[in-house]
Amino acid sequence: MIAGSKLERVLNSGHFAVTGELGPPKGADLEQLKHHAYAMRNHVEAYNITDNQTAIVRTSSIACGAVLVQMGLEPTIQIVVRDRNRIAIQSDVLGAVALGIKNILCLSGDHQKFGNEPQCKGVYDIDSMQLIKMLKDLRDEGVFCGGEKLEGEVKYYLGAVENPFADPFEYRVDRLEKKINAGASFIQTQCIFDIERFKKWMELVRERGLHKKVKIMGGVTPIKSLGAAKYMKNCVSGITIPDELIDRLQGAANKKEEGLKIAIETIQQLKEIEGVAGVHIMAIAWEEVVPEIVERAGLYPRPQV
Amino acid sequence: MIIAERKPLEKILDMVAPFKRICVLGCGTCVTVCMAGGQKEAEELAALISIHRKKENQEGTVEAFTIERQCEYEYIDQVVERLKGYDVIVSLACGVGPQTLVEHVPELRVLPGVNTTSMGYPKEQGVWVERCLGCGDCVLHLTGGICPITRCAKSILNGPCGGSAEGKCELGKDVDCAWHLIHDRLASLGRLGDLAVIQPPKDWSTSHHGGVRTTVREDVKVDRGE
Repeated sequence: MIAGSKLERVLNSGHFAVTGELGPPKGADLEQLKHHAYAMRNHVEAYNITDNQTAIVRTSSIACGAVLVQMGLEPTIQIVVRDRNRIAIQSDVLGAVALGIKNILCLSGDHQKFGNEPQCKGVYDIDSMQLIKMLKDLRDEGVFCGGEKLEGEVKYYLGAVENPFADPFEYRVDRLEKKINAGASFIQTQCIFDIERFKKWMELVRERGLHKKVKIMGGVTPIKSLGAAKYMKNCVSGITIPDELIDRLQGAANKKEEGLKIAIETIQQLKEIEGVAGVHIMAIAWEEVVPEIVERAGLYPRPQV
Repeated sequence: MIIAERKPLEKILDMVAPFKRICVLGCGTCVTVCMAGGQKEAEELAALISIHRKKENQEGTVEAFTIERQCEYEYIDQVVERLKGYDVIVSLACGVGPQTLVEHVPELRVLPGVNTTSMGYPKEQGVWVERCLGCGDCVLHLTGGICPITRCAKSILNGPCGGSAEGKCELGKDVDCAWHLIHDRLASLGRLGDLAVIQPPKDWSTSHHGGVRTTVREDVKVDRGE
C-alpha cells in the first residue's frame, strides 16, 4: 500500500473498482459539483476531477478535490502539463497532499487551441511521462525534479492514462509499459466505444504481463444523444466511435436508454476481459446517471475495504 | 533559413504615416529566398506605399534598396550615410535586421515591415515549413532526424501523446504527428527500442527561457586593441 486511498485499497484487494468523473464549473459556485459527488458517493470509490478539460478555464481541480475531501469523499485530481511548469506542478502537488488528496492522475492535456483561451502560451515544460516520473521520484526518493531534497515525505497513489484508440496502435502497449516504468500504479483508458480494438490492445498487454504490473481501468462514457455521439466522434481528440454504434443510436427510439444500455454492456464486457481491474465512468454533463449504470452493470453494492 | 512574411499593408501604411522621407530596405539573404523581403518585395512595397500616399495627398518620397545582410555591421556600414538621409526605414529583414540597424546606428528610425515566423525550408514553391526552434540543445540524434520540440505541438520528448490519430496531430488533419513520424522513422532504422527510454525533462535554460542568449567563441574573437 502506497497512499492507502480507497481506490488503491479496492484495486489491490482484487475487486473490480469503479471511479466517476466530475468536471469543475466555469465559476466558483461548487454546489452542483458537490451535489453530483454526493449523489454517487455509494457507487464509486473515487472521483476524477478534471484539470481545465479541453483547455477551458474552470475552477481548479485541487480546489474541487479539497472540497470533496471536506465532504469525506475521495478525489483523484488530474494534472495536465499544458498550463504549469515543473515549479508550479510540484508546488500544487505538495498543496494537494496537504489538503488530504491521495490520488493523482497524470495527463498531457488537450492543446490550448481547443479551449477558450486559444491565444495563450502553452507551457509543456515537461511531458506526461516526465510528470509521472517526477511525482514518483518526489514521493519515493524525496527529491524534486531539480534534485533538491523534499522536506518530510508525501504519499499519493499515482496514475496515468492511455489511449488504446490513438495511433500507432502497436506503440500504445509500449507506451503503457513506459508509463508503468515511469511510476504509474493505475491506468485509466480513454473512453471505450470500439470494444474490439480494446480487446486487441488488452491481448498485447497480457502478452507482456503488463496487467500484472499495473491496475487498468477501462474508460466508459454513456452517450446521452446522437448529437453527443457525433460531436465526440468528430470533435474530441483521441476518441474513436465506430459507425455501427452511431447507427445503433440512430435506430433507437429512446436514445438515452440506448446510450445507457451501450455503457452497461461495455462495462459487462470489460468485467470479462482478463487484466481489466475496474471501470472509470465519465458521464460528463450526465452525472446523475452514474448510480443507475453501476447498479445495472452489477457492480453494486461497492466493496467495503 | 529564417522565414518571414510581410506585415499587412494597412499596418505598414499606419506606421509610416507620420514620416516624409521613407526607405524600404530589403535584405539579400533569408527573406530574399523566402520572397518576403528581397529587392523585388522592397520595390513592390515602396510602390504600394507611394500610390497610397499620393491618393491621400501625403507629401514625401519612398525609395527602396537592398543590402546583402542587415544583420551584419559591415554591410550596414557601406550604406550608413544614405540611411541617415531618411526619416524612417521600413526594414524587410527578419526581426534581427531592425535591431542590428538601430544598435549600430542609433539615430536611425527603423520599423518592421515583416513578421518573422520561423526557421525552416521551402517544402515546395510557396510553402515554407518550420523545422527548428533554436532550443539550444539539439535532440535530433534521438529522434531519427525529426524534431519533436519544433514539430510536436506540445514539444514532448516521450511521444506520441493520446491525441495522435492516423498519423495526424490532434491540432488537425493538416498537421502531421511528429511522434508518429519519429516512431515510423525509428522503426525503419531498426531503433524502435530507443523509444523505451524515458527521456528526462528538457533543460530549457539553453532556449529562450534562460533569457537572451549570447554565443561566445573565444577562439575566433578578434582583438582590436580597443
